[in-house]
Formats: sequence, C-alpha cells, structure tokens
Amino acid sequence: MLPPFSYVRAQSLDEALAQLGASDTRISAGGSDLLGCLRDEVFTCSKVVSLSRLDALRGIRDDGRGGVRIGALTTIAAVASDPVINQRYPVLAQAARAVASPQLRHQGTLGGNLCQKPRCWYYRGEFHCSRKGGSTCYALAGENQFHCILGGQGCYIVHPSDTAPALVALDATVQIAGRGGTRRVPMARFHVSPRDDIRRETVLEAGEIVTAIDIPAAPRGLRSSYRKVRARGAWDFALAGVALALQFDGATVRAGRVVLSGAAPIPWRSEAVERVIIGQALTPEVAARAGDAAVEGAQPLKRNGYKVPLFRGVVREALLALAQ
Amino acid sequence: MPRPRPTADPAVITLEVNGERCAVAFAPHKTLLEVLREDLDLTGTKHGCELGECGTCTVLLDDAPVLSCLVLGLACDGRRVRTVEGMAEGARLHPLQETFADLGAAQCGYCTPGFLLTAQALLDANPRPTRDEIKAALAGNLCRCTGYLKIYEAVELAAARLRGEDAEPARETLYGRR
Repeated sequence: MLPPFSYVRAQSLDEALAQLGASDTRISAGGSDLLGCLRDEVFTCSKVVSLSRLDALRGIRDDGRGGVRIGALTTIAAVASDPVINQRYPVLAQAARAVASPQLRHQGTLGGNLCQKPRCWYYRGEFHCSRKGGSTCYALAGENQFHCILGGQGCYIVHPSDTAPALVALDATVQIAGRGGTRRVPMARFHVSPRDDIRRETVLEAGEIVTAIDIPAAPRGLRSSYRKVRARGAWDFALAGVALALQFDGATVRAGRVVLSGAAPIPWRSEAVERVIIGQALTPEVAARAGDAAVEGAQPLKRNGYKVPLFRGVVREALLALAQ
Repeated sequence: MPRPRPTADPAVITLEVNGERCAVAFAPHKTLLEVLREDLDLTGTKHGCELGECGTCTVLLDDAPVLSCLVLGLACDGRRVRTVEGMAEGARLHPLQETFADLGAAQCGYCTPGFLLTAQALLDANPRPTRDEIKAALAGNLCRCTGYLKIYEAVELAAARLRGEDAEPARETLYGRR
C-alpha cells in the first residue's frame, strides 16, 4: 500500500510548474518508478502532479534540420518502434528495446527513464545511506555484485538507464522547463556524479520538468549500436553495456562516442576507448585494445570483479559487430 | 508501526472495465490493482511483487499490457481496462484460456491471468507470432511452476485457432517425446 498523497492532473505545462512548489511534491510521467520509490519509502510525497494530460510533451517529430525532438512523455515502447529512430539512430531503438519488460516499456517514458532513481538495494531498502543523507555507503562493505567499477566515490551505484548512454553517445540535449523559462543541457552533463554531489542524480532543480530530448542530425557515415548483458535471458538491468555512435569513413573510425552502462553512477563516456579507436580500422587487435582501455582505472569492489573482463569482452564484441 | 490512514477525500473517476462503463470512488493513492480488487471486486487480477518485476498484475489499459500495481487508479480516468474476467464470453472461454487449460500451461495458476492478458495483447496485434516473438512479448511475466514451454505452446495453439485453423495440440505436447 502506498502512503497517502493528493493528486493533481495538470492541464498545461504552466499549471504543472506552478504546482511544483513544496519539496515533497513529485512529478508523475509514466509513474512506474515513482510508485516503486514511494512503496520502498525512498522519499516522501504529499502531492503527485501528473503530466499525463500534457499531449504536447508526447511524440517524435522531425526538427526540420535532420534531427528529431522526442517529447519527454513519449513511451519507451513508442521510441523502440518508431521507424525514424530505428533508421537514423539504431543505438537508441536498441537501447529502448532493452529497457525493462514489455509492460514497463508501455508505461515508462523517455523523460522518466533519464530521471529514474538508482536501483541499489541499499538505497531502495531500509538503509539511511549516503545518497539519502546518511554517512555510509552500505554497498562498499556489503553485497556489491551489481555496483560500479568506475566513477564511484562515497556511493557506488550504477546508473540504471539504457536510453541515457545511447543519448549521450548521440550527443543529445535535454530541454528543461522551469518557472523562469527553459534551459537546455547536453546529455553528457545531465547526470551528476557522486564526486560532484552525492545527493542528486541529475542537474534538475526542484520545480523543473524535462520536456523534450533533442537529437542532432546523424552525421555522415554514422553507425550506432547498443549492446547489453544481463544476468537473465529475459528482462533485467545491465550488468554491462555499451552504446556506440561512430562515424566511419570507409573502414576507419573518424569520430564518435563510446558510452558504458552498468559501469558507473552516471552513463560513462569512455574517452579511453575513443582514443584507441579514432583514426583506426576496427580490426580484432584494435578492438581488443579498446576493450582493455574500457576498464583502465577500474576499481572493482569485493564482489563485482567479474565486470572487468565482462566489459573488456562486451566492448570488443560490440566494436567488431559494428565494423561488419 | 502502522502507516497513518489516508486523509484525502475519495476521488471519483469513470472508466470502462471489460466493456462496461463504471464510476468508482477511492482514495487518491490507490493503485489500479487495488481499485480493481478492492473497489470493483475483480479479484482475478493477482497481486504479486508490487515492484514491477513479476508481471502477475498485468491488465490491458487501452489495449496495452501494463502492470496494474504501478499505475495509479486516478491515472485511468476515462480509459479502457480489460482484466481476465473480461476474456470469456459468457460460458465460452477465450481460446487462450482454453489452450492454457488443455495444455497444462497453468499449475498453481497465480501468474495465469497476467500471462493470458499479455498473450491476448500480442495476438490482437500479431495473429501469427513466431516463437521468439512470443518469448519477447511474455518476457515480463514470471512463472515459477510450469516453466515456459507449455505456455508458449498454448499461445501458439490459440493463435492458430484464432486464425480459424482447425488446430490440435501436437502429440508430443500432450504426451512428451516417445
């Protein structure tokens, strides 16, 4: 049973923004992560503001410059099946298909997928951990088989989103509305590392709403893919994953981005891998060196050391598959 | 310690459940699962993990399978809900119900309503799914006793019958490999 709260279905974006006053007012887009967090008592909530009537925030449109704008309320299922996304940005379509289960893909929205809370079982459980204002990360000395190997400091979650790494790889931008107007934040700076602020996952301020995600036109020679490894054959969060968006000139990689999922508290852009592959053809030898580079500086915890060889292999295989 | 009781006034919504319009009043923090079971007495929809992991509470919301434990009742104002109670027509079972029973695709039966509705959504959209498409569509529903093989076979047989084919279960399906 959920704790009691009042419920407002906003009829306009302005009304939604006006309703977001108190700190324990929560936004509901698809609602699936919100209800899970309320049930787990991750945070309190006295009022839910539903965005479900804001049809302007739903849908995928050509931006007239070769890119697309995806409304934040567009469901993951709609992103996964959209023909333009599949044709221009396979990495995003593949990532969307890898999200959760069919039911949750119908419920969950792209904006919600970027803003979801961590899945760490201490964070979701009855532990007053450092991310919730306590002084300890219980995963550090505890059950940490699904935690991060890169980028941890004081908190060792992995970011749970599949679509976020794909959008970082595509150099997308998040559009955010607040009472003072709108602002735009590159995906690469949307998520916040615990090294910068352990209490927040994104740059969103209280009272702000993600309204859209803009993806620029696919550059010439773009090939992209998302590979995700899970503990189960059916749906699960990533143990290790990699989003690739690379520009090829013939067999040579000219530019691009490599972003890891299941590795770090934020979608983890691996410039180390990019340095190995840019200017090169993706031969087995280059791909193997890239795999090694992906885990450079990795600091596995007691129970997640398996992720080091797993990332080596996932990155190597994903690069070779894209080179085919 | 018991949680405080809800203080908010009940909200009233109208929705269509299994083809019938109805108005229902409930506390604003109730989920669709709770509204169906407690306020509409439709207990065919089962309560599983409440975390979005098991698929047991699946219902169709505007024809799409959703987890009713992660949908607020208030979010369903004006929408169409289909539960397992809406599958049979009078005494005539839906072909999926028939094949699940005939092929032993249910044992304890707790997950069955969720599987049936997810499978119905699949067959409504895709009358001739491949085995892999069935697996992908049912990936969010867990069964801990049957195993999934009989469930896949039951969906395939129901799909054939819904296409009007005079299909019977394979001997191997009923009696195993000889």
